[in-house]
Amino acid sequence: MDYATLLQMLDATLRLATPLLLACLAGLYSERAGVFDIGLEGKMLMAAMSSAAVAALTGSVWVGLLAGIGGSLLFALVHGVASITFRGNQLIAGVALNFVASGVTVLIAQDLFQQGGRTAALTGAARFAQIDLPFAESLRAVPILGPFYAEVLSGHTILVYVALLLVPLTWWVLFRTRFGLRLRAVGENPASVDTAGVSVVRLRYTAVLITGVLCGLAGAYMATGLQAGFGREMTAGRGYIALAALIFAKWRPWYCLYATLLFGFLQALALRPDVIERVVGVNVPIPALDALPYILTVVVLAGLVGKATPPRAGGEAYVKER
Amino acid sequence: MAAQAKGGRQATAAPTSPYAIELKGISKAFGPVQANKDINIQVPRGTIHGIIGENGAGKSTLMSILYGFYRADSGQILINGTPTAIPDSQSAIRAGIGMVFQHFKLVQNFTVLENVILGAEDGPMLNSSLTKARKVLADLSREYELDVNPDALIEDLSVGHQQRVEILKALYRQADILILDEPTGVLTPEEADHLFRILKGLKDQGKTIILITHKLREIMEATDHVSVMRRGTMVATVKTAESSPESLAELMVGRKVLLEVEKGPAKVGQTVLTVENLSVKDEHGVVRLKGVSFEIKAGEILGIAGVAGNGQSELLEALGGIARASGRIALNGTNLPLTGAKANGQTRRAAGISHVPEDRQALGLIMDFAAWENVAFGYHNAPEYQKNPLIMDNAAIWADTEKKMATYDVRPPIPSLPAKSFSGGNQQKIVVAREMERNPDLLLIGQPTRGVDIGAIEFIHKQIIALRDQGKAILLVSVELDEIMSLSDRIAVMFDGQLMGFRDPETTNERELGLMMAGMNGKAAT
Repeated sequence: MDYATLLQMLDATLRLATPLLLACLAGLYSERAGVFDIGLEGKMLMAAMSSAAVAALTGSVWVGLLAGIGGSLLFALVHGVASITFRGNQLIAGVALNFVASGVTVLIAQDLFQQGGRTAALTGAARFAQIDLPFAESLRAVPILGPFYAEVLSGHTILVYVALLLVPLTWWVLFRTRFGLRLRAVGENPASVDTAGVSVVRLRYTAVLITGVLCGLAGAYMATGLQAGFGREMTAGRGYIALAALIFAKWRPWYCLYATLLFGFLQALALRPDVIERVVGVNVPIPALDALPYILTVVVLAGLVGKATPPRAGGEAYVKER
Repeated sequence: MAAQAKGGRQATAAPTSPYAIELKGISKAFGPVQANKDINIQVPRGTIHGIIGENGAGKSTLMSILYGFYRADSGQILINGTPTAIPDSQSAIRAGIGMVFQHFKLVQNFTVLENVILGAEDGPMLNSSLTKARKVLADLSREYELDVNPDALIEDLSVGHQQRVEILKALYRQADILILDEPTGVLTPEEADHLFRILKGLKDQGKTIILITHKLREIMEATDHVSVMRRGTMVATVKTAESSPESLAELMVGRKVLLEVEKGPAKVGQTVLTVENLSVKDEHGVVRLKGVSFEIKAGEILGIAGVAGNGQSELLEALGGIARASGRIALNGTNLPLTGAKANGQTRRAAGISHVPEDRQALGLIMDFAAWENVAFGYHNAPEYQKNPLIMDNAAIWADTEKKMATYDVRPPIPSLPAKSFSGGNQQKIVVAREMERNPDLLLIGQPTRGVDIGAIEFIHKQIIALRDQGKAILLVSVELDEIMSLSDRIAVMFDGQLMGFRDPETTNERELGLMMAGMNGKAAT
């Protein structure tokens, strides 16, 4: 495999890893606060549909993005009400929302566009444009690093860079701010937060809503950046893959980046069966390549990558005792 | 006053009242249950005030009202003479009240510093708070013997140190009033002594301390005044110096109580239980019990002392057939299986071992099931409970339950009531009745009086002695040193999965046992 091909694949990796990274960081906020969220998938789907629909109708990707975040936030709020206020089972609430999202997105899209559950194809200002980083062309001549900068780092949509910036930002919020300290505490031992006179409910709602916003970005990126419109089940299990990546990452922001890049790379591989054939020397069927990220997901969830300790109070509604 | 000026709260600016806390006519009901009835109490500033009472007497409810966990239905709280509303914990903290809960409210994978500042940060960024807390903590440690490494993770600290972190948390929030709920339950005698030294130091600095406990000895040792609660009411407040353990116990229960266990000399027979080199690994592969060997003879009580979590539970579970083990155990000379399908509670019972487990709510009872069903558990295959091989004789179990409830004074004596509806003491009586009435050769009994009222303690102790006098062998495991010392014919101390040695209760003392419980060889120390 030559360098140019490698760069192409890394470029695809970054593109494909972005929705995973956004969803993974989304899950991190919620789960660090003690609310397990299996509903990342549904929120992404909801955001993908809302953003694509509104972008198609208004012609503005930015209005579409806002709509996507709104759609995702709505689901996040329902999840919060069910699992925080009414102390319902967090996993069941999440699964239910995934089912609702799967149906309702197609229903709305079909109603609006009559294209078999798809939204109208997005063009021009209704999609996120690629951004060329400064000096990308002039630095291309620099050996090794120049082409890497120009090919892999430059030329993505704004949301890719937002996702990358969110990694250090999340780390900083989590470990350097009062909010982060309380967020981590509420996921480990909510009673410690409650007896310190801080509201457990408010903290958990905040976390769940942040999850909603980030899932909104992830879904909107899928529909308006990665592709040009919404299609039935277009997230294709990425919410679950992000969840697996979150466990793989042991609920740490930087590890989230590495884990989602790995999953992204596996997805990128599936796009280039020709490269595989050249490197491995065998013709691997494309469905087998497509299955790779899901296989890794199963492996991660089966706990084969070492022990990951989830936040101790995760999955349980907080009930004040005595 | 210097300590109070630091707080800068308006209530402390001009303390007109000699009382740090006054409660007037506090009442609180949970549905039909009146947890607190017209409670009046005055706690003078700069004193240690004890509150004792049986389980369910309403002590914890009262303190939860004071800390803003519950709101009283009626009544008034005065802090330093000022009527103060305490709708939530934040208000309690603002009023200068700090609480050390029985179950610590610490984040296990946070450092001491992080736990201390949680909820009391100075601003949205952590750095300045951490720097300030580090300095304040250093000052407090020096002042009150409260040494803890500020950078240690909570999960790496001993229970005694974790408790110090809780106290530091309260002091960091400039608490003038400190409430401690059953603080010595998890401490070694050494650690408890250290705690009381800390409390005395705090008192000397003008802090007011409320100590909730059921241990009369601690009340006598540490407090200036003591209030006694019984069934939701405050029955008396007395000067500790003018009271005695006997009179306090009588106030708590409402009748005369025998604090000393009456027992004659042991009439020891043949060896019943032989344990050789018994080891147990937990599910993570950690060795919890490390090659323990001992014998128990008929008519003898062997008491195992030790701080909770030093292998006593694993010992009981291995003997009771619950945990897999290695080594050898023999009952009346016959080896019992330690692994495989044959090692279970059923075969152990058939062999003549009864087991009153340490955690009665998890292992001894099914809380949602009725008392009569619980009485049959473990013995549900007994011939007298069967109508024929397919159908159980529920009427027989019911009748047997009524009989046992009468003999063991279980209140209320209603077989259809679910186990969770009984008080801790009555739950324990149900388990004890079930196990003892089977006339075992060996009785394993863990924490027989944990969470049990003082009246029921007396009863259960009498039953244990009676069984011993019938010539049965008894293995008693308890974290209550008093209980071990008064019941046992021989005492073994467990530390870190090993037996530190055997002692005669007549000749040993609490100090020696306390040192052994902390892992020091008592002999070498004395």
